[in-house]
Amino acid sequence: MMFDRIFEKDVAITGVGQSAVGRPVARSGMRLTLDACLEAIADAGLKRADIDGVACWPGDNNNGDAFSPVGPNALIGTLGLQVNWYGGGYEGPGPLAGIINGAMAIASGLCRHVLVFRTITEASRRKVDKNASALTNKTIGRDSSFFWQWYTPFNVLSAINLMALYTQRHFHEYGTTPEQLAQIALTCRTNAALNPKAIYRTPLSLDDYFASRMISTPLRMLDCDVHCDASTAIILSRADVAKDGPNPPIRLEAIGAALHQPWSWDQIDLTATAARDVGEMMWARTDLKPKDVGSAQLYDGFSILTMIWLEALGLCPRGESGRFVEGGHRIARDGQLPINTNGGQLSGGRTHGLGYVHEACSQLWGRAGERQIAPHHVSVVAAGGGPLGGSVLLVRD
Amino acid sequence: MTRKLPLLTEDNTPFWQGGAQGRLLIHHCADCTRLFHPPAPICPHCGSFEVAPRAVSGKGKVLSYTINHQAWRPDLIEPYVVAIVELAEQAGLRFVTNIVGLPAEAVHIDMPVRVRFEQHEDVWLPLFEKDA
Repeated sequence: MMFDRIFEKDVAITGVGQSAVGRPVARSGMRLTLDACLEAIADAGLKRADIDGVACWPGDNNNGDAFSPVGPNALIGTLGLQVNWYGGGYEGPGPLAGIINGAMAIASGLCRHVLVFRTITEASRRKVDKNASALTNKTIGRDSSFFWQWYTPFNVLSAINLMALYTQRHFHEYGTTPEQLAQIALTCRTNAALNPKAIYRTPLSLDDYFASRMISTPLRMLDCDVHCDASTAIILSRADVAKDGPNPPIRLEAIGAALHQPWSWDQIDLTATAARDVGEMMWARTDLKPKDVGSAQLYDGFSILTMIWLEALGLCPRGESGRFVEGGHRIARDGQLPINTNGGQLSGGRTHGLGYVHEACSQLWGRAGERQIAPHHVSVVAAGGGPLGGSVLLVRD
Repeated sequence: MTRKLPLLTEDNTPFWQGGAQGRLLIHHCADCTRLFHPPAPICPHCGSFEVAPRAVSGKGKVLSYTINHQAWRPDLIEPYVVAIVELAEQAGLRFVTNIVGLPAEAVHIDMPVRVRFEQHEDVWLPLFEKDA
């Protein structure tokens, strides 16, 4: 991949915010959103009137779904914003699509400050209906969706079945073991113990991991992230005006958003997925190298995805993620590549994408409290699974 | 076990109803002679519109599998096996299905399989069983 223009270098993160994270939180999806967004705007030293763009993935699906109960449409009026551009919608390179779209809006001259947010209320919803997120409930009657109709007839009723297929194939091709995979869940739990907002903070042992219920072989309950209610917001600013804010700007050094394979859960490279294309694109847009990365916040909606991202981003060789994470010391807070330092989604809560960006910035700004790791300047964030994937390389100069 | 059935369209009907005649119908391109899935009006490889469903052998192998233990709905019968089967005709030609007719623990990667249709209303699901 060759690129003539690296637009994201004109964009920086200037503020972050996050609501309470809980299981559940006794606040509406809109109230959570406002908590996150107002905190982020203030953190960036801005006022509501300064925000001239709004981005969200996936946005409101027009169904009030707990997966994304609040989109840009509802937020703009509620918060009294006057925007030059806004965008949501599901079809994009995964949970970081809002960041990527917002950065494009700034780089193309539409906006100076874009508010990116992501709200999720799955914990509240599941108090009412524990099968709320089963795929059979995504469409009424026969499945006409491009997304799922090739899977639901075979009772693939959760994404975990597809992730399990990737995992089993990874085990088969590379000799990855369940003990190695368990290190993702164990590392996240260890990190979560130091994060006051994390959902699960009690220590976890390898025995606990193997005692957890099998959901879809070889993936267990503890390989799945934990539903929560939360909203996270990020302020993107044009690089020249970002310097005026109270926080040292965190530059978007490079983004990855490529998909050079079919948009499909089973027609793609089963052990590298779209993440492979995303990683190649991101590194083609920067002179930095994987060895420059000081921390990595890697999607762990299911533990195997963190392993896939480690390989796809070149943080370890392809097929070697099992051996890389073995014993957990390399990926620990004091290891050579700390990952998911807030507990990830496995223990921190399924904030679904922007939580990783929030954590990366907190670490780069040195304000992660008890869980702060050694000072560093470069962090990579990647999110998504299967055909969905996006990444962003963040630099605090 | 009940199934969430697909909405039939002009493009996908041959795949979902081929089983009525005991045939697994996969889209084939007359120009580049490749098979492709899922079915569509155009060949994703060469861009030709000269595409049509064609019967394949129904034989293949397990590329990956998982044993689902979770009761996503009250009417499911767990455990059941979800797999990706690669068809014998062409490397990379594959789709998600179920492996049936043997204990879940007996399924393994590279196991030879053959299609076995299961009718639900006007849909014939291409499931797979162990091929002797």
